Amino acid sequence: MTCLPKTTDKKLGLVIDLDICVGCHACVTSCKEWNTGGYSAPLSDFDPYGAEPDGAWLNRVHSYEIDNDHWKGTVHFPRSCLHCEDAACVTVCPTGASFKRASDGIVLVNPDTCIGCKLCSWACPYGAREYDQDDGVMKKCTLCVDRIYNETLPEEDRQPACVRACPTGARAFGDLGDPASAVSQSVEERGGFNLLEEFGYKPVNKYLPPRKGSDHAPAVPTTPAKTTGAPIEKLFAWADRALSR
Amino acid sequence: MSREPQIPLSEPVGDRIEQTTCYMCACRCGINVYLRAGPDGTPQVRYIDGNRDHPVNKGVLCGKGSAGIMQHYSPARLRAPLKRVGPRGSGQFEEISWDEALDIATDWLGSVRKTDPKRMAFFTGRDQSQSLTGFWAMQYGTPNFAAHGGFCSVNMAAGGLYTFGGAFWEFGDPDWDLTKYFMLFGVAEDHASNPIKIGIGKLKARGAKVVSVNPVRTGYNAVADEWVGLRPGTDGLFVGALIHELFRTQQIDLDYLVRYTNAPWLVIDAPGTDQDGLFARDADGNPMVWDKTTETYGNGKAADIQPALTGTRTLPDGRTARPVFELMAERYLSDDYAPETVAAPTGLDAEEIRRIAAELAHVAFKEEIVLDQPWTDWAGRKHETMIGRPISMHAMRGISAHSNGFQTCRMIHILQILLGSIDCPGGFRYKPPYPKQTPPNLLPHGAAGDIKPEMPLGGPHLGFPHGPEHLLLDEDGNPSRLDKGFSWDAPMSAHGLMHMVINNAAKKDPYGIDVLFMYMANMAWNSSMNVPGTLDALTAKDENGAYVIPRIIYSDAYYSETVPFADLILPDTTYLERWDCISLLDRPISEPDMVADAIRHPVVKPDRDVRGFQEVLIDLAHRLKFPAFTNEDGSAKFPGGYPDYIVNHQRKPGIGPLAGWRGKDGTDFGTGVPNPDQLKKYVENGAFHAHHLAPEHAYFKHANRGYLDWGIAKGIRMSAEPTIFQLYSEPLQKFRLAAMGHGDRQPPERARDRITRYFDPLPFWYEPLEGTLIDTDAYPLNAITQRPMHMYHSWGSQNAWLRQITAANRLYIHTSVGASIGAKDDDWVWLSSHLGRVKCQIRLMEGVNPHTVWTWNAIGKRKGAWGLDDDAPENTEGFLLNHLISELLPKGGGGYRYSNSDPITGQAAWFDLRVAIEKAENTGATEPMFEPLGHDSQPPSSEKLAYGVQFRKQTT
Repeated sequence: MTCLPKTTDKKLGLVIDLDICVGCHACVTSCKEWNTGGYSAPLSDFDPYGAEPDGAWLNRVHSYEIDNDHWKGTVHFPRSCLHCEDAACVTVCPTGASFKRASDGIVLVNPDTCIGCKLCSWACPYGAREYDQDDGVMKKCTLCVDRIYNETLPEEDRQPACVRACPTGARAFGDLGDPASAVSQSVEERGGFNLLEEFGYKPVNKYLPPRKGSDHAPAVPTTPAKTTGAPIEKLFAWADRALSR
Repeated sequence: MSREPQIPLSEPVGDRIEQTTCYMCACRCGINVYLRAGPDGTPQVRYIDGNRDHPVNKGVLCGKGSAGIMQHYSPARLRAPLKRVGPRGSGQFEEISWDEALDIATDWLGSVRKTDPKRMAFFTGRDQSQSLTGFWAMQYGTPNFAAHGGFCSVNMAAGGLYTFGGAFWEFGDPDWDLTKYFMLFGVAEDHASNPIKIGIGKLKARGAKVVSVNPVRTGYNAVADEWVGLRPGTDGLFVGALIHELFRTQQIDLDYLVRYTNAPWLVIDAPGTDQDGLFARDADGNPMVWDKTTETYGNGKAADIQPALTGTRTLPDGRTARPVFELMAERYLSDDYAPETVAAPTGLDAEEIRRIAAELAHVAFKEEIVLDQPWTDWAGRKHETMIGRPISMHAMRGISAHSNGFQTCRMIHILQILLGSIDCPGGFRYKPPYPKQTPPNLLPHGAAGDIKPEMPLGGPHLGFPHGPEHLLLDEDGNPSRLDKGFSWDAPMSAHGLMHMVINNAAKKDPYGIDVLFMYMANMAWNSSMNVPGTLDALTAKDENGAYVIPRIIYSDAYYSETVPFADLILPDTTYLERWDCISLLDRPISEPDMVADAIRHPVVKPDRDVRGFQEVLIDLAHRLKFPAFTNEDGSAKFPGGYPDYIVNHQRKPGIGPLAGWRGKDGTDFGTGVPNPDQLKKYVENGAFHAHHLAPEHAYFKHANRGYLDWGIAKGIRMSAEPTIFQLYSEPLQKFRLAAMGHGDRQPPERARDRITRYFDPLPFWYEPLEGTLIDTDAYPLNAITQRPMHMYHSWGSQNAWLRQITAANRLYIHTSVGASIGAKDDDWVWLSSHLGRVKCQIRLMEGVNPHTVWTWNAIGKRKGAWGLDDDAPENTEGFLLNHLISELLPKGGGGYRYSNSDPITGQAAWFDLRVAIEKAENTGATEPMFEPLGHDSQPPSSEKLAYGVQFRKQTT
């Protein structure tokens, strides 16, 4: 068993806007690319050119259709570790390899002490942990801990690779423990929600729901103009006026 | 609680960063490539992200670009030049040296050039250096050159350029920052992967409305505020009905029409004569209008007149004439385009169409934008503000890949113009060097009489005919080009018809060739219609047992399905190892507010014996002694190869491949003598150059005095006259008059009706051709494709990461279709067309037009190619609709089989496909299944990847 910190100074996390995500997978491959050479290196790929290519990915996007009271349509749903406040993946860890940082709340796996027992992946309700068969250890989203504090990067680049890459701006990074932060503000304004709130793990990452299409409709007369008589004659009469080139 | 481990948080990403241009698709984003020494000290690619300063992607990078590492280190990469030693298709090759490969190529190419240059056909696929490849083909002297535009998006390029001198394609963009209403037609990822994503993000954040018109609700359509899921190929009916509504409700920007379009120009109404349907012109050739101030005829191009939009006039010579506006109004106000009429064929609701038309009009006219930006119009009149109609639209392949795509594209532009929304604030904006004239003043070259041994062609191959006089024909009126481009079969084929080359060559129709030379186009697989027929053509033999296409030279970086069918392989580099030039002479990376071009430069050295294709072309040009590549003493003009050419080649004095940092001291832009340090400046500046337009030149470029004059000074514009939008396109009518029996150049009998019908000078909708020639009751469904965003326009499935996202495709069908055949997810079905059938697995969905089935394109691969194992899902489950699409239409009335293409532009009609579906046995693999390709020359692919382990740092 591993203990969680009582509180964390910050709650760093992602806010993902389902209204904007087009499912392009930029966050998926940029994550893979960064992390296969970063803190979690490598993210191994088995059978990469064969029948069942299967690699470790820290972020995946699922696309599916839904039809419920809130939304009808196709949703692109990026899924990665939510850095829960009550992270069951940490408390279940027998070696202390899984831990939640007291300073910023990021949940990490220490590859040097992880024994690859997979208890954490069973404990995680979000399926966010990825076992690296080759490395024999568990891998997961690090919130790009080796980017966000990286003083060799320009300050504007000190954000997770997925956020940096996202072409539509559907991903934002910040301190969700600070109500004044831009990410907290967007959650407030847009009704950001927790994934599987009822499970009670208090995920830090938030999702913003799709907007209703009708919110964007221009105000137009509800009854469109009707014409009587020959429209072409009326049109010509209307167009027959002084117009200067 | 355990002590938290100390983590190295500030490791440098790489030893150095190089900036170059991505090539994972056609979008051409700026990238930062982080290089780090591997265990043996050679630099390896640690990471690639987007260049924040770059005009195209502004820092972001898509799923393809972020997976570039796997493309670069692909096991499918070719290693050295190859000479075929077994039969075509066997994959039996011998590795040879570059000296031997270039000797062979020079011998083959040189002997044809000495006798009959047209018997060498040079077609480059996903070519981003057509200003070089086209010039090379001109110097060779063959008429047979094009890139892949003919089977990609020529309808969009031609439709736009003939109408308003720009195009959706790469030549313009929605005004993402100001538009309030955006309509996206069809699959449109092609040349703007990141810009569209950035733009949609901006619109959604701002609350602008996004309307998607697409039979399939995926990707951008999924986030649109409104999804208009019409039936494929009926977009022209939908747009026509929107236009109908704007005319009916009198919501048209008449001032804009009078100022910028030919709406008031008078069209001669003299049926049966050789002038019928042409513009009435004065003695100087100017189009005539009726001027209401003087109550007489005036010059339609003059300023300060008051041209009438309505009224039948009797010309001084007694003939009658009517303004374009009246003809348009009659066309679109007819019941043919009434919402009630189009509701059934489009599958839409008439009320929905009326509402969208009302929304468009409301935003255009009630929510106009006024910028306090003075500017001067073409006639020198100063305006204090810029007025914008914030409606923007974009369309690409979804419209383009139908045989009615040219006219549909024109109709969308008409809609934009009626709303006054071309190049105004919030509208659709030109990217310099656009706009051009309508049509551009660039004619095709390669008529039979102009082709002579060892003589360059008199001008570029591809252009914009103004009438039958500009067709490329032989003395008998037959096509001069192998692909029948610019013949009566496809008179305005501005990008050629690469999709017809192999099959025409094998049939020797219109003639046989000796050498087929291709680059980066998978013509033996997913880039050809009718794959089995194409393979037959590539391997067809004559009565002596010799191949009918005697010699095939091919350049590719990867072991694609096409490689085994070539005789000589010139292995290309990856995008990180090469020089390239993305030029204003061809297709630059400009944005609406800036003129921009770019380069690629080698950021890593190849670890194998490969060379960039353009480098090889220049070497061949020297060996073949092309005049523009040879000094007077016979020596090579560009001994430094491609970089030497990029810097020192001048197309006209002062104008070369790159526009930035020209002149002796490198301070000139646009024109200037070559600067030996030019490439160094590009490399220092992130591999691109951007010249920002003055704010008073930002909009109304087609009629902005300052912009027009500036463009001429900088060499990007030919004419000081404004670009006048051609709602009514006179060149089309000229072809039509020829078909009706006028003039000394007339089509063959079989083509008369076809040209008379389709070359309508006013855009109209017609049923896609395949549907008119087959039994649509037997093939009731439309079938279309798209590529997934993470692979769109990218090169192959050998990418270990991308294939983990999509390694097999399913046929997506509406749940109602699934119910009708009793099939559920992953069940196998037979999908049949008039050409053949394919066995594949289905997936049910709601977000698809019920009459439409679709799949991800180019996922299916052939065993033996791309370094994939034979049991890879791409080979066993992945399938292509290409096997169902015929390159030729069924015989029409005259017994002749036309290309399955747009009758005007020759654009491949991929999306006209009609199919039937039935349930199949729930076992086995996809069919047809082709024999595995031999691949003994390729190393085996690894069974495991742990890329990045070499960069690992231990925690402490």
